[in-house]
Amino acid sequence: MTVILGQTFTGISIGAVLLLIALGLSLTFGQMNVINMAHGEFIMAGAYTTYVLQKSISSAGISLLVALPVAFLVSGALGALLEWLLIRRLYLRPLDTLLVTWGVSLMLQQLARDIFGAPNVQTRAPDWLTGNITVIGGDDPLTFANSRLFILGLAVAAVVALSLTLRLTPLGRRIRAVVQNRDLAEVSGISTSTVDRTAFFLGSGLAGVAGVALTLVGPIGPTMGTNVIIDAFLVIVVGGIGQLKGTVIVAFVLGVLQSVLEYSTTVSVAKVLVLVAIVAFLQWRPQGLYTLRTRSLV
Amino acid sequence: MSELEIRGLRVTFDGFTAVDGVDLDVAPGDLRFLIGPNGAGKTTLVDAVTGLVKAEGSAKFGGAELLGRPVHRIARSGIGRTFQTATVFEELTVLQNLDIAAGAGRSRWTMLRRRKDVPEAVAQAMETVGLTDLADSPAGTLAHGQKQWLEIGMLLVQDVKLLLLDEPVAGMSHDERQATGELLQRISEERTVVVIEHDMDFMRSFARSVSVLHAGKVLSEGTVAQVQADPKVQEVYLGHVEDTAVVQEA
Amino acid sequence: MNVLKGRSVRAWAGFAGAAVLLFAIAPLALSDFRLGLLAKYLCTAMVAVGICLAWGRGGLLTLGQGVFFGLGGYAMAMHLKIADAGPGNLPDFMQLYGTATELPWWWKPFENPAFALAATVLLPMAVAALLGLFIFRRRVKGAYFAILSQALAAALAIWLIGQQATTGGTNGLTDIQGFFGYSLDDPVNQRMVYFVIAAALLLLMAIARQLINSRYGELLVAVRDSEERVRFLGYDPANVKLVAYVVAAGMAGLAGALFVPAVGIISPALIGIVPSIEFVIGAAVGGRASLVGAVLGAIAVAWAKTALSEEFPAAWTYFQGLLFIVALAFLPGGLASLAVLVRRRKAVERKTAVIPVGEAA
Repeated sequence: MTVILGQTFTGISIGAVLLLIALGLSLTFGQMNVINMAHGEFIMAGAYTTYVLQKSISSAGISLLVALPVAFLVSGALGALLEWLLIRRLYLRPLDTLLVTWGVSLMLQQLARDIFGAPNVQTRAPDWLTGNITVIGGDDPLTFANSRLFILGLAVAAVVALSLTLRLTPLGRRIRAVVQNRDLAEVSGISTSTVDRTAFFLGSGLAGVAGVALTLVGPIGPTMGTNVIIDAFLVIVVGGIGQLKGTVIVAFVLGVLQSVLEYSTTVSVAKVLVLVAIVAFLQWRPQGLYTLRTRSLV
Repeated sequence: MSELEIRGLRVTFDGFTAVDGVDLDVAPGDLRFLIGPNGAGKTTLVDAVTGLVKAEGSAKFGGAELLGRPVHRIARSGIGRTFQTATVFEELTVLQNLDIAAGAGRSRWTMLRRRKDVPEAVAQAMETVGLTDLADSPAGTLAHGQKQWLEIGMLLVQDVKLLLLDEPVAGMSHDERQATGELLQRISEERTVVVIEHDMDFMRSFARSVSVLHAGKVLSEGTVAQVQADPKVQEVYLGHVEDTAVVQEA
Repeated sequence: MNVLKGRSVRAWAGFAGAAVLLFAIAPLALSDFRLGLLAKYLCTAMVAVGICLAWGRGGLLTLGQGVFFGLGGYAMAMHLKIADAGPGNLPDFMQLYGTATELPWWWKPFENPAFALAATVLLPMAVAALLGLFIFRRRVKGAYFAILSQALAAALAIWLIGQQATTGGTNGLTDIQGFFGYSLDDPVNQRMVYFVIAAALLLLMAIARQLINSRYGELLVAVRDSEERVRFLGYDPANVKLVAYVVAAGMAGLAGALFVPAVGIISPALIGIVPSIEFVIGAAVGGRASLVGAVLGAIAVAWAKTALSEEFPAAWTYFQGLLFIVALAFLPGGLASLAVLVRRRKAVERKTAVIPVGEAA
């Protein structure tokens, strides 16, 4: 029983990490249909931001809390810059965008290597995140790591914030208008290029926040983005384009699936099995979990 | 006996009913116009018949049920369609476009070899739609009207028995409309043609029969004169029974 | 008709020229070491031939060609490792890491050279057929297809690394000595391997050219540009795409198989996400839709990688990133589109518009 609960919690915390790294993509890929392979490097930028801040602020706790907004701004700015330089020229060519941003991702990785060196670096977690909470005591204890609970909380907070932004703010309304009908939005007086850039800023900023979270569970290195980006895209593909709730559900389901499979087989076999499960799922729902049914040719 | 026989056809999108119980019969050799205000369900009806959207009810062609079959099977059974925006293969030439349309039944071996000459059916279709001189031009360089004709030509070489045309004269000049209408009349001597159209002049000049759709239902059916005289149709189009004259001019 | 004849005369001349270059001039002009490198580049070019077909013509952005390259490579390397070890012995790495006393069951068939050779091409094709059937039938396309194929590459690499005792793990299958009885240490035999690779490349190009110029090739472009329209003409686009995908997989498999004797190693690092996407860049730089462009682009990029990456690894990474950006954002037709531009300029005033290679969005 404890094992099942423990594995489920591990799965949920893997899911929370997946959700955080995929959340920004649900905006840029899900809403705007841009495949940004450099998204992983925006995560990396967030992680290195945390690292740099910790060097200048001695308290690990304060530096972590400061890192959240700063990483959001740093990665968001990088994203807006990328949108302005390249992506806005490529909105009608999604596959080319994929390869172009892959090139950007290569360059950003090398930049990180040149600045911080190729070996991984580490941050110190603040004291209040290093411990565990004991849920069930006794001979067969069940404990939850504080850092994992923090990430879970962060993921939930990020989802709520994004969802409220999209639903309630004028910016959110504009983003949805542009997504649904670009031409109509334009003639209604919405500057679509400004909306695009702002949405990209938000999505990339969320990647930065994910980067801060990742420093709590692993090392920081130039290739950390590449390691997570494919998983993040798979979450969106399975969840359904443009569907926030799909992203949330799928992130947690894949997390638990991964954790259970890892427990009963090995990490590498689990990865392969998860992919098989995804291909099988797409047989059933080729457009992902949630879709908008429309009358369009494509 | 009718060739296309639709009974109780319903299409819903996430709770919105686009086609709401349509019955429709089209006889062989008819040149039927489907008209109706925007959102009446005309295109969705065609989408359902050609397998693009899921529908309930029944749509039979030559006695065989169409609903539930994949798009390419329906196409092979002899139903062809065009779209509101002309969709031709822009990077291929006129000849290549037509050759592909002619080839769904080709053997694998033929597919893997190069096209050596111009198939008879393709040459004929090019002649019929008047594109023989442009055989080697990429379809992307054609004028709008020519693309529409190329699409119709593709349906001819496909040798369909039923042509479903979605606004074939939209954006055409007066002369082009005239030519297209005459082309459709010629085609309907051997095949059945169903045209979705907004252009009332065009309809009056060429329709043999007309069905009016409104809010997902068939409102009225008959010859052009019968339909125009129907007060229900006048109400839908203008909201006033008095303005009959305007309908006839519009 | 005359246009067709002119085209095929030019093609024959091109093939003859390429054959002279590969079989006579290159072996004379290059040292054994350089010729070995060229053999490696030609393997990359073989993968690019398939990419040109699947992506350039069919619009299928296959970011997982490393999988098929790897399947072909591992099939070949498994046989060569067994042959190197000699009858009754285990391959060296199994003795090192493993506790097994006999070959794992799935290694056994590869002891047979005919089976192993057939598997290098048929295994990748079978995997592609199975996967393609699932993916294309359900109309998973565009970006979804690209991401899935990339995930496949990642999964295979991770799986191989995880099974160290039977696959050699991260190291892969290394230190391959012999090639069907010929020692690979002997420069003469290395040269023979080069000739086999050069011949295979020309053969694949001939096959691809036939496919591209056939009615199937026209249909494939039609599917790329408007899949739905093709369906309304009575074709099943899933089958059309499947053929291109499977053929491209077979080509990548053969390339992987011949890569093994040329370089002496196959490892997860050669087949994961990064190498898979690198296969694409060569074709993109040269011109994805042009067979010759894709092949020359692949060779040039592979050469540039060797030339730059050893001396200036950082500079190479920046350069590679720039290549992706410049080639795809600003020259989507690749260098071949420049050649076409020049040719069109020269041609007498025919009414043709320059159409950039479109995206099957």
